[in-house]
Amino acid sequence: MMEYWAHFFTLIVLVVGAYLAVFLRSLIASVIALSAMSLALSLEFYLLHAPDVAIAEAGIGAGLTTAIFIFALRGIRRD
Amino acid sequence: MRMSKIVRTITALLFWAVLVFGFYIVIHGHLTPGGGFQGGAVIASSTALFLIAFSKDEFLRKYKDVFLSVAESGGLLLFISIAFLGIGATFFYNFMANSGGIFGSPTPIGINDGDLNTAGTLPPMNIAVGLEVFGGLSLILLFMFLGAYLKPFSKESEVHEE
Repeated sequence: MMEYWAHFFTLIVLVVGAYLAVFLRSLIASVIALSAMSLALSLEFYLLHAPDVAIAEAGIGAGLTTAIFIFALRGIRRD
Repeated sequence: MRMSKIVRTITALLFWAVLVFGFYIVIHGHLTPGGGFQGGAVIASSTALFLIAFSKDEFLRKYKDVFLSVAESGGLLLFISIAFLGIGATFFYNFMANSGGIFGSPTPIGINDGDLNTAGTLPPMNIAVGLEVFGGLSLILLFMFLGAYLKPFSKESEVHEE
């Protein structure tokens, strides 16, 4: 039962994060929402007994992609 | 361009923790979840942390981009040379397993705590892949960071093109 609720809340965070990433007005907040969604996806992979994929998702999805998005946002706000 | 003092202090604290955790994932690649790619990605995310919090000059003082390039190419070369070292039997032959030397202890059978000194050529190959992924992803991050400051349609670049 515990695992059921863990899945439930993780998937709720996943969907809310994806919704916010699309519909938030501020670009930097949108990127942070995408990062949170990626972290929830990593947690979901872990709950589904795939810790290998979870580490890769946390490193690439939540870490590197967010950094690259932030670099791009810094670049377009320069002018 | 630097972030606030809070971000810089937290980064200076977390940088080494992320780095050590990445090395842990790489070294324990044959025992626990993760391996060369995942560990390299974690180490490269410490690079991302550093680049976001500090300026590019401080980053380039710490890591030369030549060093990152050498890490990438050296990791690939190390990987393929370890693979070729076993060519006496087959390509990728695990000649170090159960040999008694480094990483050569016999693997314990059944449920055990996990012996780090086993698995033959797998840990060196994990280290090679980790080095390669760290170099490659850090180079991608560095050049994306530098590219975000280029202004292709400004007057300065037109002057340079002439």
